[in-house]
Amino acid sequence: MRIAAIIIVGQLAFAAAASADEVTVGQAGKAFNPADLAVKVGDSVKFNNDDTVTHAVLVKGPHESNLGQMKPGDAKSVSFDQAGTYDVKCAIHPKMKLTINVQ
Amino acid sequence: MRRLLRSSTMIANVAALCFAAGTAVADTQVAAKPGDADIAAMKKLYVRPTEIPFPAENAYTPAKAELGKTLFFDPRLSRSGVQACVSCHNPSFGWEDGHKTAVGENMLALGRNSPTIINRAWGEIFFWDGRAESLEAQATGPITAPGEMNTPMDVLIDRLKGISGYQKKFEEVFPGEGITEKNIAASIATFERTIVSAEAPFDRWVAGDEKAISEDAKRGFILFNTKANCVSCHSGWTFTDDSFHDIGLAATDDIGRAKIVPGVPELQYAFKTPGLRNIDQRAPYMHDGSMATLEQVVRHYVDGGQQRPSLDAEMKPMALNDQEVKDLVAFMQTLTGQDRPMTLPVLP
Repeated sequence: MRIAAIIIVGQLAFAAAASADEVTVGQAGKAFNPADLAVKVGDSVKFNNDDTVTHAVLVKGPHESNLGQMKPGDAKSVSFDQAGTYDVKCAIHPKMKLTINVQ
Repeated sequence: MRRLLRSSTMIANVAALCFAAGTAVADTQVAAKPGDADIAAMKKLYVRPTEIPFPAENAYTPAKAELGKTLFFDPRLSRSGVQACVSCHNPSFGWEDGHKTAVGENMLALGRNSPTIINRAWGEIFFWDGRAESLEAQATGPITAPGEMNTPMDVLIDRLKGISGYQKKFEEVFPGEGITEKNIAASIATFERTIVSAEAPFDRWVAGDEKAISEDAKRGFILFNTKANCVSCHSGWTFTDDSFHDIGLAATDDIGRAKIVPGVPELQYAFKTPGLRNIDQRAPYMHDGSMATLEQVVRHYVDGGQQRPSLDAEMKPMALNDQEVKDLVAFMQTLTGQDRPMTLPVLP
């Protein structure tokens, strides 16, 4: 029984690793879309500047990232390898906020 | 927790207003002469809220605000014992100090103009460069900064603990906790959140009193929201987007927000948009105090500022005639109300 359980867990872990996803977040209208996000450990989030002005994404949480300047049309991805809650802001327009819950 | 203000205007979602402002600009720019409906839509972007937002983690109590006020006015918070928070944030100057740049320890001039504390309860980020993300984080910054009040936090706590009146007040407000850095910051931040600009002639006009402001000011308001596009940054009822822009002032070694957030060329020489409430009490203007009058400020925007890669995309030369410049100034002068006189606290 215990051996079977270990095998199942192992299969689940393998399945999770194999199914790491990339979720896209937009920035049109000086707002992150969506404003809240839940992803799995190992997933990545692609920040797509679909706005008409430059943005600069800062990620704070279990690990921190400064994605630097993103002009309209630019996109940058960051992967989330640690569980926890991350607060995301635009360094230029701090009213732009996004919470990412990594599970 | 929220505390009711005296205004009788409708509750406004300020964040939503700021977001909506960008849409309104685009809509109104195409109309050379906005009609009544257009003007009514513009007015809605600036409706005063009726409550002060206090964060749940630092809820308002009258005693906490009073303690914060006492600390704010107490020069013993500075190492020299001669400078208080109010030295640079003086209610007689719209909670600024009237100097080109602030004056710190040993009367030495600092690098930036003292920002007002008016309406900071609605602030998103603090200091000209946004290095503090809460009013609590901001509150102790100038106290401990070597060039400003220059009091290390442990020195300040020991000093306050030596004043029996403070021991008693802190124990009343923070039972079982007493004098700590966190409680000093919470008290000062709570007091600062109570500093709200009074209802101004502009607010009365927005509320429906057509005689509250002059025809010059009404034209200035329309320019502000259309041709001059001031609203692209000075949005919402506090007239700030709390964002960072290089507006093309003379370059110095002060690179603003770029020092706090490296790797973003657009943040070179970028500073936070100041709100415009009580603006005619708050000269000189700009983060460097380089302009003495509101007319100078408007003419800077007409000229478009120094051209450089980080210059904000909204900074473009404008064709405004002298009357339009005067109209914009007349409008800004309607943003000052009769603030209640600030009574001085008796220090413990």
